[in-house]
Amino acid sequence: MQGSTIDPSGVPFESSVSAIASETSVSHHEGHHPDLRVWGLLTFLVSESLMFGAFFATYLILRGGAAQWPPEGTEVELLVPTINTIILVSSSFVIHFGDSAIKKNDVAGLRRWYIATTIMGAVFLAGQVYEYMTLGYGLTTNIFANCFYLMTGFHGLHVFIGLLLILGVLWRSRREGHYSDQKHTGVEMAEIYWHFVDIIWIVLFSLIYILTLF
Amino acid sequence: MTQTHRPVEGNSAEGNIVIAHHVHQKAWKWYDYFTFNVDHKVIGIQYLVLAFVFYLVGGAMAVAIRSELATPNTDLLDPALYNAFMTNHGTIMIFLWIVPAAIGGFGNFLIPLMIGARDLAFPKLNALAFWLNPPAGLLLIASFYFGGAQSGWTAYPPLSLITATTAQSMWVLAIVLVGTSSILGSLNFIVTIVNMRVPSQRWDQLPLFCWAILATSVLALLSTPVLAAGLVLLLFDLNFGTSFFKPDAGGNVVIYQHLFWFYSHPAVYLMILPIFGIMSEVIPVHARKPIFGYKAIAYSSLAICIVGLFVWAHHMFTSGTPPWMRMFFTISTLMVAVPTGVKIFSWVATLWGGKIRLTSAMLFAIGLLMMFVFGGISGVTLGTAPVDLHVHDTYYVVGHFHYVLFGGSVFGIYAGIYHWYPKITGRMLNEKLGVLHFVLTFIGTNLTFAPMHILGLQGMPRRVAMYDPQFAYLNELCTIGAYVLAVSVIPFYINAIWSWTKGKPAGDNPWNALTLEWTTASPPAIENWEVLPVVTHGPYDYGMHADDHAEDHPIAAEPVAE
Repeated sequence: MQGSTIDPSGVPFESSVSAIASETSVSHHEGHHPDLRVWGLLTFLVSESLMFGAFFATYLILRGGAAQWPPEGTEVELLVPTINTIILVSSSFVIHFGDSAIKKNDVAGLRRWYIATTIMGAVFLAGQVYEYMTLGYGLTTNIFANCFYLMTGFHGLHVFIGLLLILGVLWRSRREGHYSDQKHTGVEMAEIYWHFVDIIWIVLFSLIYILTLF
Repeated sequence: MTQTHRPVEGNSAEGNIVIAHHVHQKAWKWYDYFTFNVDHKVIGIQYLVLAFVFYLVGGAMAVAIRSELATPNTDLLDPALYNAFMTNHGTIMIFLWIVPAAIGGFGNFLIPLMIGARDLAFPKLNALAFWLNPPAGLLLIASFYFGGAQSGWTAYPPLSLITATTAQSMWVLAIVLVGTSSILGSLNFIVTIVNMRVPSQRWDQLPLFCWAILATSVLALLSTPVLAAGLVLLLFDLNFGTSFFKPDAGGNVVIYQHLFWFYSHPAVYLMILPIFGIMSEVIPVHARKPIFGYKAIAYSSLAICIVGLFVWAHHMFTSGTPPWMRMFFTISTLMVAVPTGVKIFSWVATLWGGKIRLTSAMLFAIGLLMMFVFGGISGVTLGTAPVDLHVHDTYYVVGHFHYVLFGGSVFGIYAGIYHWYPKITGRMLNEKLGVLHFVLTFIGTNLTFAPMHILGLQGMPRRVAMYDPQFAYLNELCTIGAYVLAVSVIPFYINAIWSWTKGKPAGDNPWNALTLEWTTASPPAIENWEVLPVVTHGPYDYGMHADDHAEDHPIAAEPVAE
């Protein structure tokens, strides 16, 4: 696939694959679209939103058809998830500081803020596991428990994927000059994904935890 | 000058560009087609070949089903096997034949060529999307070892929760795989079409096939994840003891129907929109006329995409749907007929007074027009709640959707193959075999599916292996038609395989078409263009620039040195 064609502007045409896989600013199409990957991610997140939307709709319909919600014996705990929410929402600011740092060419700052985000995300997941262990009911207890574990678990999986993306950025940032104020699309993508996971959590938290109070 | 046969000049750093129009940089070897290749053309061919393989598998199942239905009793297949064939026939034909062929095959091969790009935005993702399909097909076939999924292609619970659950789980996983493939592919198409058009190509010079694929991709991107959500819940119900769709434990089966149809109704537009795109390319080329109402066709694709998302519950008129909902979904369903009608009339107006060449591609396109109008009208009747309440789950429905899916999508895929085969392989298909193929297909389609409407109106239910003897005569006709259809693919497959190496060399532009893909070599070189093309005219401006392009003599096979 390594093309050696010369295009009219005299710029050697980089194979599309290598152009996209690397952080070079020479992008696929004559070098004018550095944001292709961001476009791709945003498009993908639209799709993900609809999947979560389908789960939310299912949850609301099931709730509407139930006599008591949540049923006796499967009440939700609020303390741990509230702390978790505060951590996750704050982490969205923290990761943004990391992105701002790299825009000022401050790689050390990027690493500092992204490590902080990693820790906050890991604490969130640990909190979720702790919550699961102390609730006293499981996935199959009743229809509320079905929804609760499926939706929070599915979100937890997305937090985990987000953590992998951030760790990927941290891994690459060790290399001198891999990210700079000119080249930081990968950093941005991890940030966008993390914000998405955060927004989904806010909706999820409102639906499952806050609304069960009423 | 058509769109361009003249490479870019004057803006080069070096000054002169050597025109090497016919030089193939490297040709792909046969084994490249069986590996993880990232070239969009290779992936397009992989999609097409895989789809045509599964077309035979799904077709064989159809022949078995129709053989069983030749007589009122169950004397060929036992009911469980019948149900498994019926379910997998539908699943394979939709998810592994029409969708991969129309979107994956034609979309991948043509989109970059039509917009003057060297590849799609994310080639690796594209290859990944393709390679999710073969395991999906294998899962479906392997599920027969466990009795085969027997719930029908809709997999409605509670039926899907109580019959052959292992096979049903495999079915769910297969659909999740093709769904993922579809989401990744759509994402790729959207990013590519929006961002990677050659700078000289304005939006109103975008070929209509690209508009159609753009609309299709938006639709797939929005609807597929909802099906995935429903299937995940079904998978949990099947395997992990949850009860989302078990009414006795607080679940709700109608939720599944909503999630399923939120995807699966738009899925019919997923299957037909790319075909509409193919029609909009084939008709003006073979009628030698500018397409009538370019903008109307482009916008109607987007309109179908939007309205199509709000019609799903017309499949659920009999599922306890309240009257206000029936009214809403009847009206929204009938609204889809408007943009569809716009397209049909635009094509007819394009044919009107055109210099029609009755090539095989054109025959299939005209055949599609007839079949689709028929299927569309029976669709309008079905979309109205009062009629649907009476013919729901009868053979009327089966007749209707086979007219739009076989008479629509399959005819369209054939038209596309006859039209672009020269570009894909560099060889022409044999026209005599093509005409034979068309005649057999046309007769077979009508003989198979027209009697089904009458059967349905008389009350024959669908999805049964056994029926009342009063329906025997019409069922015999359907079965004979199915055999004609089975025979009809023989000349086509012979033609396609033989012509690949032995066909008449096609040259770059055998149809004198004006869209960009015909300006590169046949088959195109690995990165499509030596020099990116410049768009100077619209893609369908036949006869509008008399000095630039003469429609009656073939375009010079050799590049014009200018």
